[in-house]
Amino acid sequence: MTTATEDRPTGPPEGTPGTEPFLSVRDLRVRFATEDGLVKAVDGLSFDLPRGRTLGIVGESGSGKSVTNLAVLGLHDPRVTTVTGDILLDGRELTHAPRRALERLRGNTMSMIFQDSLTALSPYYTVGRQIAEPYRKHTGASRARARRRAVEMLGRVGIPRPERRVDDYPHHFSGGMRQRAMIALALVCDPELLIADEPTTALDVTVQAQILDLLADLQRERGTAIVFVTHDLGVVAGVCDEVLVMYAGRCVERGTVRDILKSPRHPYTWGLLGSLPRMTDDADEPLRPIPGTPPSLLTPPPGCPFHPRCPYRDQVPDDRCRVERPPLAPEGGGRASACHLPDERVRELTPGAVR
Amino acid sequence: MLRFLVRRLLGAVVILALISALTYLLFFTLPSDPALLSCGKNCTPANVALIHHNLGLDKPVPVQYGEYMAGIFTGRRLPLGNCPAPCFGLSFANDAPVWTILSSRYPTTLSLAVGGAAVFLTVGVGLGLVSAWTRGSLFDRLASSVSLMGQSVQIYFIGPLAIYLLVDRLRWLDPGADPDWSHDPAGAVGGLVLPCLVMSVIFWSNYSRQTRSLMIEQLAEEHVRTARAKGMGRGYVFFRYALRGAMGPIVTLFGIDLGSVFGGAIITETTFGLHGLGQLAVAAVTQTDLPLEMGVMLFSSCAIVLFNVVIDASYAFIDPRVRLL
Ligand SMILES: Nc1ncnc2c1ncn2[C@@H]1O[C@H](COP(=O)(O)OP(=O)(O)OP(=O)(O)O)[C@@H](O)[C@H]1O
Ligand code: SF4
Ligand SMILES: [Mg+2]
Repeated sequence: MTTATEDRPTGPPEGTPGTEPFLSVRDLRVRFATEDGLVKAVDGLSFDLPRGRTLGIVGESGSGKSVTNLAVLGLHDPRVTTVTGDILLDGRELTHAPRRALERLRGNTMSMIFQDSLTALSPYYTVGRQIAEPYRKHTGASRARARRRAVEMLGRVGIPRPERRVDDYPHHFSGGMRQRAMIALALVCDPELLIADEPTTALDVTVQAQILDLLADLQRERGTAIVFVTHDLGVVAGVCDEVLVMYAGRCVERGTVRDILKSPRHPYTWGLLGSLPRMTDDADEPLRPIPGTPPSLLTPPPGCPFHPRCPYRDQVPDDRCRVERPPLAPEGGGRASACHLPDERVRELTPGAVR
Repeated sequence: MLRFLVRRLLGAVVILALISALTYLLFFTLPSDPALLSCGKNCTPANVALIHHNLGLDKPVPVQYGEYMAGIFTGRRLPLGNCPAPCFGLSFANDAPVWTILSSRYPTTLSLAVGGAAVFLTVGVGLGLVSAWTRGSLFDRLASSVSLMGQSVQIYFIGPLAIYLLVDRLRWLDPGADPDWSHDPAGAVGGLVLPCLVMSVIFWSNYSRQTRSLMIEQLAEEHVRTARAKGMGRGYVFFRYALRGAMGPIVTLFGIDLGSVFGGAIITETTFGLHGLGQLAVAAVTQTDLPLEMGVMLFSSCAIVLFNVVIDASYAFIDPRVRLL
């Protein structure tokens, strides 16, 4: 494990008193050895997630959301990846757990809904078989019982006539149905930790609402802890308790959903919220994406990783944004933000920065 | 499936008809006149005409071709002798029906091709799988460097070497022999082991390298990752998910190699002094035995076209997205 760095975690968020974290990630670093060099895809990330709660992870494409989640499940290829830090599931260290121990947890205690159901389901086996497989493996159920379970799960995610669709192949399913099958697969063993990597992005609004309801029901019934990755801040408002904003493999801001959406502190979060389409918006008013592109993960810029794109860097004296990396400073109530801007400047700027 | 087979077989028939028509045209309109060859020194025009008549060469080419094709299905009575179906004509060299000669020869070639393919698919794909499974290990690195050398192996070089080592010195294996499947199946297998092994060697390195890289590619596929995310074991993921995905391309590769497989079988035959189609074709060409050449040609085309149909059909078993139309 690597030792302390400037944005060393500050312990569990204080916003959830008395709840032991079910998933606890401490100073997670994920590096890929590539031909061009070492890609630091996740660089010192920490968070806690109690049972029955939902943590939203937001950030632009390439900010390390999926890499973080794959690390939790232990799915990175150890030949090219180094994962350091601690991942504790119910107090149990996963980073160095033996492969077989991880296999017993995956798909069972913790499972993942993948981003792209077209490529995430095997074209070679029926949907029913793919859902039944982990159920048989983890519960020891008979083939017939696992099949009945697959039918039941397909029904629960809202696939019509599941007893007939269970023997179809993924390519017989529409995109939305495939995504639901993917969700059925992830839920088949009633996981205690569910990682949902943009589970509803491909779905239309009604189906999306159904799926979100389903996840909420599951959470109520079983106290599932959910990590919810999304680009859609509208969804975040609906389903998450807390939000973690990622930029270039780091957490730049975190807090309760209310904190982040109502009074964001970090210029990057302002940018994200500024690029959020709003229901009330004039349809003609274009989105305002954050100008510029995310930094290279091979040679991250010195100082604040966001500084090349940040319109406020000149408001911080002494060029600190270009030189000194801002620590993730706790602000009480579980919230934290990594920016050199003084609090009073933040308060002055916020109303203008977020539409 | 049935519809696919019927369609593909009809297609195969069309292809074969085209091949036969072209070869027929090529062979029987060549300037070399077989009558002059068999006529000898005191060759009168009357003699030549008689020979032409006996060989059926006095009729217009399309008629000749029509009779030839019909004969394959119905058999023919020719001036020089009877030719039961499937009749590919009578050999110029000894008046025996071409089919009789062919059927005494093709088992050797076919056995070599099928046996050799079975060996190289097992060994080549097997080595590739082991390499992919133990990726980066000593075995894997050794296998890759050996397989680089393996690419330049030639049958006519390793054939004699293998005979010298494995047969003459070590006496581990029988020398190659023509198989006699109906009377001595055990002996047939024994006589084929060494030739099949030798023939297969030239394919090992390609199949092991391709299998290795296909498997590594497949193991990085998202659906394979999903299988791991479900908690499926390493072997299960490797064989049920990754190998399943690699099978299609391996079969495609094999389909492309069909011609080389027959070629390899023919070279192996010669190396081991076996009597198969290769040796027959050489004899037919040197003796300008046109019906025999034609027979060998048609038979080999048939075999390759049919194997291709089988390969195409096998895709449907490998990949449920493939619809056989
Ligand atoms: N196996 C790998 N080897 C090298 N780089 C990788 C690898 N996997 C991911 N990366 C890099 O890590 C970074 C983070 O990727 P990640 O998939 O986590 O992004 P993300 O936040 O999930 O984005 P998106 O919203 O597009 O899904 C990207 O720059 C990506 O190119
Ligand atoms: S530290 Fe400076 S560059 Fe970084 S977000 Fe804050 S103001 Fe912008
Ligand atoms: Mg992602």
